[in-house]
Amino acid sequence: MDPRYESLYEALKNVHGYIYPNEISLTWSILIVEYPYITGLVAGAFILASLNRVFKIKALEPTYIISLLTAFAFLLVATMPLISHLGKPLRFWEIMITPHSTSAMAIFGFVYLWYLMIVLLLEIWFDYRYDFVIWSREKKGVMKYVYKILTLGAMGTSEKDLKWDKKIGYFITVVGIPSAFLLHGYVGFIFGSVKANPWWSSVMMPVIFLFSAMVSGIALVLFVYMGINFIRKKVQNMPTLDSIGKYLFYILIIDFTLESLDQIHRIYEANESFEILSMLVSGKLFFTLGIMQITVGTLIPLLILGFFQFFKPADKIRRIAYFLISIFVLTGVFFMRWNVVIGGQLFSKSLHGFTTYNLGFGGQEGFLMALFWMIIPFGILAFLLWLLPPWKKAVH
Amino acid sequence: MPQQIKKLLIVFTIIFGIFFIIKYALKPKSFGEFGHYRGLAIIENENKQVKYVGTEACNDCHDDIVSYKKEGPHVNLQCEVCHGPGYLHIQDPETNKLIIPSKREKCGICHQKNAARSENNITQVNLKEHNVENKCIDCHKAHNPYEFKD
Ligand code: HEC
Ligand code: HEC
Ligand code: HEC
Ligand code: HEC
Repeated sequence: MDPRYESLYEALKNVHGYIYPNEISLTWSILIVEYPYITGLVAGAFILASLNRVFKIKALEPTYIISLLTAFAFLLVATMPLISHLGKPLRFWEIMITPHSTSAMAIFGFVYLWYLMIVLLLEIWFDYRYDFVIWSREKKGVMKYVYKILTLGAMGTSEKDLKWDKKIGYFITVVGIPSAFLLHGYVGFIFGSVKANPWWSSVMMPVIFLFSAMVSGIALVLFVYMGINFIRKKVQNMPTLDSIGKYLFYILIIDFTLESLDQIHRIYEANESFEILSMLVSGKLFFTLGIMQITVGTLIPLLILGFFQFFKPADKIRRIAYFLISIFVLTGVFFMRWNVVIGGQLFSKSLHGFTTYNLGFGGQEGFLMALFWMIIPFGILAFLLWLLPPWKKAVH
Repeated sequence: MPQQIKKLLIVFTIIFGIFFIIKYALKPKSFGEFGHYRGLAIIENENKQVKYVGTEACNDCHDDIVSYKKEGPHVNLQCEVCHGPGYLHIQDPETNKLIIPSKREKCGICHQKNAARSENNITQVNLKEHNVENKCIDCHKAHNPYEFKD
């Protein structure tokens, strides 16, 4: 081939139909898929913990602290995919120093900080303050001082102090639920408000993001809870698993209904973007949407969980099923984010053509980087569980 | 007031204090003077050291090359597009040498076959085929590439 056309052919291999030159390569990569995914896990895990606290569901009690710590571990990493996607990652803080009130991203920084500092950190602190005091008395060496610092000097252990811990903790939970909704609804809002993109632009977006967030958060807590019990060689507490499964089932139904509603609305409306979107769904997104998101991530878990609501097979079978379901749902929600973020960039604004996303392996926006930010939160969680072991907490 | 709140208030005051100090220290001085940007943005850029000086500046000492280049097809190229920024060189040519772009790839930056460029604007050769054994400047004179070295 004439080498003069080589580079053009290279690019055109990825293109079908008519597409504008600046649409050939995607600007939002797998890292931007990961960002709503991780924020969703945080919001979901936190909402599970809060519902647990507000509605005092006995069976869920063992997961309460674990959900909070999981949410915290993931929240610390939530912005990292975004930051490592930047052209100049080390300048990320400038958005906080000179924020612009009309910038959705700058305001996200503050929503995030509010949620991290005021809600999650405080809630965990109030839950653990009494234990910090106890541990700082019991432990020796450096750890004694670490726990002492963690008490922030509030060393009171009287009835009255404990009552305050509870009261304020409860108050924060109540403030926290709308905050968690805000945090993740906001992520959906950022996509839903891109009016130029028919795949994103929908008022349903924040709500859909929120419910899929809850689904993924609950699945994550299920996964982490079972993982912790497995590593600590403890028996899985079946009533707990069953009731997490039950909530997962309910929320999954709502989530699936909302997403279907969005699609049905699109199908019925059938506006000028409909043709390209239906080609997108049945073509480029067939695997990630049809197989991974809907079949693996939604229908199979729904069927199994639904079955469990009426019939209870042996514990062992349920245990394995719950574990698999947690992984399936986590995968499914990941692909839901994928379908939104990547799917929205695959078709041309001309509505007459497609491009292709090639996920690189290494590099700033490659697979390894994405994997890295997925593994780190588990490391943080392990550290937190070592520093603040929920199973050594005093009962009060 | 319960002691927890008291302690938290102290901690939060410290955190917010640090945040505002950082914000104050790191915010560009003239930011927000007129709007949501650095008021001195233009002046700051104006004060940056000049890097490129233009062909006229080279003419003071290399008038032979300047006029020689005018005879050939590279007439419209700035000297510095090939030799790099020349500000320091014209201050003190002995210590600040410029780049001599002798590699084939350097000529290829402009002349390599590229479907996205029009042949009407720039003549293109395939670097992988056009006299691969030699450097471009073994044959072409860089300043007037229609003329060939002996
Ligand atoms: C003040 C006079 C002066 C001006 C103005 C000047 N040069 Fe030179 N240039 C010299 C002298 C003298 C030498 C020889 C230095 C040597 O060989 O040590 C030289 C050498 C060079 C060389 C060869 C360097 C080498 O390593 O052999 C290049 C290329 C060059 N100049 C480019 C330029 C360009 C491009 C400009 C315009 C931006 C320019 N010069 C402006 C005085 C000047
Ligand atoms: C197309 C790129 C290009 C442009 C434009 C260009 N040069 Fe050169 N220049 C070269 C190359 C390549 C050499 C090395 C030539 C060689 O070794 O045969 C060179 C060599 C030189 C030398 C070293 C002495 C010599 O004659 O070999 C000087 C001085 C010089 N250039 C000055 C200039 C000046 C002044 C201009 C602007 C009028 C200019 N060049 C424009 C590519 C360029
Ligand atoms: C900054 C871009 C640039 C670089 C670098 C450059 N050239 Fe050129 N060259 C041009 C332009 C512009 C023309 C005039 C338009 C044309 O005729 O293609 C030209 C014309 C030519 C021509 C005449 C082509 C023709 O048939 O009209 C030759 C030969 C040539 N360059 C050789 C070289 C060599 C050898 C080098 C490396 C020393 C070189 N060029 C580096 C831009 C460049
Ligand atoms: C062995 C000597 C030699 C070398 C090395 C060489 N050329 Fe040439 N080049 C020629 C001759 C002779 C011609 C004119 C005859 C022709 O068109 O083939 C020419 C023609 C050209 C033309 C004009 C082509 C046209 O279609 O009008 C360009 C541009 C050119 N060369 C650029 C380069 C570049 C860039 C390099 C280095 C990558 C280079 N040459 C290396 C000898 C050489």
